[in-house]
Amino acid sequence: MLDMVRKDSFRNGVHPPEHKDETSHLSIRRFPFAPVLVVPLSQHLGKPSVSIVREGQEVVRGQTIAKPDGFVSVAMHAPASGVVRRIALAPNINGDMVPSVYLQPHPASSQEVADGEPCDVETATPDEIITAIQRAGVVGLGGGAFPNQVKLKPPEGKRLDTLIINGVECEPYLTTDHRVMLEQTADIFTGIRYLLRATGASEAIIAVEANKQDAATKLQQNCPEDLPVSVRVSPVKYPQGAEKLVIKALLGREIPSGGLPADVHAICVNVATTAEIGRLLPRGRGIQERVITIGGPGVDRKGNYRIPIGTTVRFVLEETGAAKNISRVFLGGPMMGAAVSNLDIPITKGTSGITAFTTAETGEATGHQEVYPCIHCARCVESCPLFLNPSHLGLLAKNEEYEQMAEEFHLMDCFECGACSYVCPSHIPLVQYFRLAKKMVRKLSESA
Amino acid sequence: MSQLKKYLEIGSSPHISSGDSVEIIMRNVVLALLPVCVFAVYTFGTAVALVLATATFSCIATEHILCKVTGQRSTIGDWSVAITGLLYGLTLPPDLPLWMVAVGGIFAVAVGKFLFGGLGSNAFNPALVGRAFLQAAFPQAMTHWAEPLGDSRFVDLPGSTLAWPFAQPVYDAVTAATPLAEMKFDGIQAANRELLFGLSSGSAGETCAVLILLGGIYLIVRKMMNWHIPVSIFTTVAVITWLFNLYDPVLFPRPTFMLFSGGLMLGALFMATDLVASPITNIGCWLYGFLIGILVVVIRFWGGMPEGVMYAILLANAVSPHIDHLIQPRVFGTGKGAG
Repeated sequence: MLDMVRKDSFRNGVHPPEHKDETSHLSIRRFPFAPVLVVPLSQHLGKPSVSIVREGQEVVRGQTIAKPDGFVSVAMHAPASGVVRRIALAPNINGDMVPSVYLQPHPASSQEVADGEPCDVETATPDEIITAIQRAGVVGLGGGAFPNQVKLKPPEGKRLDTLIINGVECEPYLTTDHRVMLEQTADIFTGIRYLLRATGASEAIIAVEANKQDAATKLQQNCPEDLPVSVRVSPVKYPQGAEKLVIKALLGREIPSGGLPADVHAICVNVATTAEIGRLLPRGRGIQERVITIGGPGVDRKGNYRIPIGTTVRFVLEETGAAKNISRVFLGGPMMGAAVSNLDIPITKGTSGITAFTTAETGEATGHQEVYPCIHCARCVESCPLFLNPSHLGLLAKNEEYEQMAEEFHLMDCFECGACSYVCPSHIPLVQYFRLAKKMVRKLSESA
Repeated sequence: MSQLKKYLEIGSSPHISSGDSVEIIMRNVVLALLPVCVFAVYTFGTAVALVLATATFSCIATEHILCKVTGQRSTIGDWSVAITGLLYGLTLPPDLPLWMVAVGGIFAVAVGKFLFGGLGSNAFNPALVGRAFLQAAFPQAMTHWAEPLGDSRFVDLPGSTLAWPFAQPVYDAVTAATPLAEMKFDGIQAANRELLFGLSSGSAGETCAVLILLGGIYLIVRKMMNWHIPVSIFTTVAVITWLFNLYDPVLFPRPTFMLFSGGLMLGALFMATDLVASPITNIGCWLYGFLIGILVVVIRFWGGMPEGVMYAILLANAVSPHIDHLIQPRVFGTGKGAG
């Protein structure tokens, strides 16, 4: 019963304007190579990759240019055929300088990609698949950028029964997962084969939100007979796509505070990540580009583009016709995306979107609104999907009671979805407080 | 390369907001109170217009002056003090001397709100703090009620209205009994029709239950009022009264009389729901409403005064932080839900 929206949802949450119609009907297009591509060696959580190229070396598109350093790390691949100009520091989204490979593509660099050592889904062992995924440089493309092979290997003694393919994409403006589901349907099912085999889960569920009914229908119609896959459609609500909430909505299981999906025998993989695994592994290729939604009122040629990793935000905005009065640019969507302070930072594997706001939108955005004292209206309490008490946490943050926040009020469970700040009529920057508080708690526990 | 703006704003996510603000919420509460004010002027005449104007003005002026004196930006723009002023005015007897109205208004804001730290920190509903102060300071004036719909209500002012400060006010008419006083002292229950449409005597704003209810429903629909609180209060009062009424219909009034008489409507919908002084969780709000309901019934049935809504709410305000301390939402992944 696909056309029937099931009550697969969670409590609380918010309904920000979606703005998905602006790009959801636009097919994925290729993007030109920038004059210089900057490939950071650390695009994921965990240890940075180790460069295996030297300055001046010629590389072919798809060639491995860095190898993983340990298990919690992945490989990197050349996004274009060209010359390695230098290996030096480059700015990243956090404002840090990180070691990166500067690659100058040949003027005639084609979109052809070099094949590597294939991984056959029928014969490969789970460990071989996990190694192949690491070699392909796959990280969570939903934004987490966590090395994928790590979560595929459940902790000792934990059994996985359900693989959830997360195609919820609840962030406003973003439509990459939507397009990938429509255009890479076959890759997704191939990816699911690899993932089921690697994890030992007995069934897979593809989670989609009701605003992507066409994608859900297409997936349902093209589902191979022999694959234990179902498609479930959830009502539209932010942040439905959060791992904890998808698992709660579909399986009714609650990941314990501070726990992992494996604690409830589930694993959650982003749908674009799954599609990449299905596309890359049969040919032994690695991630050298990804689909990104370029949107927001500050962009003229909005759309979904397959953009080489290492392309700078500046190049992307210039190619897509950014407005003169753009005032705020962020990677991802407006609820969780990080604001860009330097347009010369490169796109990495975890970048799902670039959204540009103009002065017209930021005039009414959070930073420009008058901040009032908390009036205990409880809207934040009613929006928090994890049932935290943002109002009280905000009060504690202001008094710098960081330890109390963590110990008594579960601060560390907050995944910064932004629902509380979004609804706050006093415009208190709650998420900002919590981010700072979490940092302070980590610092305090390190020094203790 | 230079076509893009050189300076970008940065800021913490989320980069969008719902567009609601404290000011918008407060303005809507004032809007919801306006019909009640207009009707109060219609039933009690010019005197009530003056009482409401004096109450509102004294509250706003007090907040403005206190902000200025303490070197802060004036906070009257957030409209919260306008609500305090209107609500306070609506709880007063129509022919209360204006100087008393002003004194209570100053007390409401200075002590009930500013001393606690202003908006967001007031432990008690400031309007009720002002009224409680007057009740203690001027018990006679605070229990002198005019008849509604007097013939000359738009022509003459009651002699007491313009009484000189600290002079004994002179009343033109003998005091009329409120429905609650009639019930308590004479055992007479007013009809629902009189109570619902404000045809009985009482304080300026508590006589027309229908308009108060409509204002409350407007705010609940706009999600600017927590409906759990009034529903909890009404249910508690109705159920307890019904039980006593079953036991002795002469001594104890019928539930509808209890709901529609006195300040219960205004109190339950507009004062108990003071966001700052009420609990933050829904379960906490049920408990808080339950407490108010019980207190109202106990004071009305067995207290020395005919009305008890004000003290019931003030007492519950005092308990509210403890309710919040006691009842926290169950965090995802903890307790019985986990695993």
